[in-house]
Amino acid sequence: MSTPTWAQLTNLGVAVLFILSLKALSSPKTARLGTLVGAVGAAVATIILFFTGIELDNLAVIIAMIIIGSVIGAVSARRVKMTAMPQMVALFNGVGGGAAGLIAVVEFLHAKDDPTLLFWIFTVLTVIIGSVAFSGSIVTYLKLQEIMTTRPVVLPAGKWVTILVAVAVAVFAIWGIIDPQFWIILILLVLSLVFGVLFVLPVGGADVPIVISLLNALTGLAVAASGYVLNNVLLLIAGTLVGASGTLLTMMMAKAMGRPLTATLFGAFSGTTAGSAGPGSDRPVRSSSPQDVAIMLGYADKVILVPGYGLAVAQAQSTLRELADLLAERGIDVDYAIHPVAGRMPGHMNVLLAEANVPYEQLKEMDEINPEFPSTDVVLVVGANDVVNPAARTDQSAPIHGMPILDVDTAGQVVFLKRSMRPGFAGIENELLFDPKTTLLFGDAKESLTKVVASLKAL
Amino acid sequence: MDGVTLLTIFILSIFVGFEVVSKVSAVLHTPLMSGANAIHGIVLIGGIIVTGAADTPLELILGALAVLLGAINLVGGFVVTDRMLEMFKPKKATAKDGEA
Repeated sequence: MSTPTWAQLTNLGVAVLFILSLKALSSPKTARLGTLVGAVGAAVATIILFFTGIELDNLAVIIAMIIIGSVIGAVSARRVKMTAMPQMVALFNGVGGGAAGLIAVVEFLHAKDDPTLLFWIFTVLTVIIGSVAFSGSIVTYLKLQEIMTTRPVVLPAGKWVTILVAVAVAVFAIWGIIDPQFWIILILLVLSLVFGVLFVLPVGGADVPIVISLLNALTGLAVAASGYVLNNVLLLIAGTLVGASGTLLTMMMAKAMGRPLTATLFGAFSGTTAGSAGPGSDRPVRSSSPQDVAIMLGYADKVILVPGYGLAVAQAQSTLRELADLLAERGIDVDYAIHPVAGRMPGHMNVLLAEANVPYEQLKEMDEINPEFPSTDVVLVVGANDVVNPAARTDQSAPIHGMPILDVDTAGQVVFLKRSMRPGFAGIENELLFDPKTTLLFGDAKESLTKVVASLKAL
Repeated sequence: MDGVTLLTIFILSIFVGFEVVSKVSAVLHTPLMSGANAIHGIVLIGGIIVTGAADTPLELILGALAVLLGAINLVGGFVVTDRMLEMFKPKKATAKDGEA
């Protein structure tokens, strides 16, 4: 490889830009700049590649594919609804993994002058990791897009099939390294794709975002390995950066959700992940009408709104904001309590509410809002359950035990807008629903909120 | 470049990767993941390199597909990240108005 020195130095600069980009993305003030820095770095690295004097045939095909891919990427990223953004990220991640896998396959076909053992090892690794990231991401996309169930899918003997496939991947990987033949790589590719599917299928509910983050880290590793295969330092650095930061991010997400990472991963094998919700209980609850809820809210002094995943599903962010505005007009103190994992991913709810023009200063984070609940008259919980479940504090056996929650049970009254008595993702009963100070309003969050807003206007 | 040099770069990059995101707040987990996702879209240049060197139709087809997927990952990743973060920014300005 005879990359000119200026190009190597430029690539070093690009690697630094990527590091600065990740650094900037970690802080709210600089996050947007971070995106720009990363994008500039990527653009520079791509453009200079054409001027480094490396052999580049098929130039027309390459340019055409870059243009088509860029248009597809930009248009779909522009058009996607903010609620559907997590699955969009999953999809982009998947195609990146697929690209890395394909590169390794092409390099395998192309390999000529007796490559080293390390070359074969990294080629095989890239094929495996890239394929797993690709098919796994596609399954998470299908789950989040609700094309297939979001619940864990446990196949009969799924655990053993998964283990069997994993062993087969390992066997063919070693075989492919010792005796590099194309048909072995093809089998390895198919087995890895199957493994990715089997790996993600039993993961459900709240664990899906953690798995997306993990697959993101995996794609990073695949890219790093492809950098080794191609002897390209920039790919190696960028891939490794994403692999490492993605791994740490996955661990932090798991921690924020009170889910040990091992439970997510190995729960995937045993099928005991969070989300195996049983049927609702038959115990009596106090349900109410939109009019009653409007009266409770309308004559309170201080109201805290707790938006959850159900709000996002019902696309009711704007209606909730309308309600908050009405209450504020009546001189009522209104805040939103945002649990770190409200929505589908950490930070997702902030994005959704910001999109609905909710003023930034009304969004209160958990640590900030928790001391305020005891002095609050009414807490309105819209489509959230696990994040307000006191069992996380008290019940040692609960799967969410230890997860920090919003202390809504310390408020005067609690109103839940829920679709049904079905438990949340964690699949555990919420005692708070049966508390005498709790009122339930059943129905789609958007419809319920619209009715409450109408009743409030009529007060 | 020899294997040991690449290994050195690999190991050091792991530490840098861990270090740069170690202080991120939960609010930014999703945008950060999305930004990292965009960065590994740089796999695009790997696709360009293999396609540029492709000799057979099969290599060309697979390579071209890799370029296509890489470009989707790279461009889409950055655009979606920017859209997420865009949501935060103008609101801060209105928040200031509200306080005044």
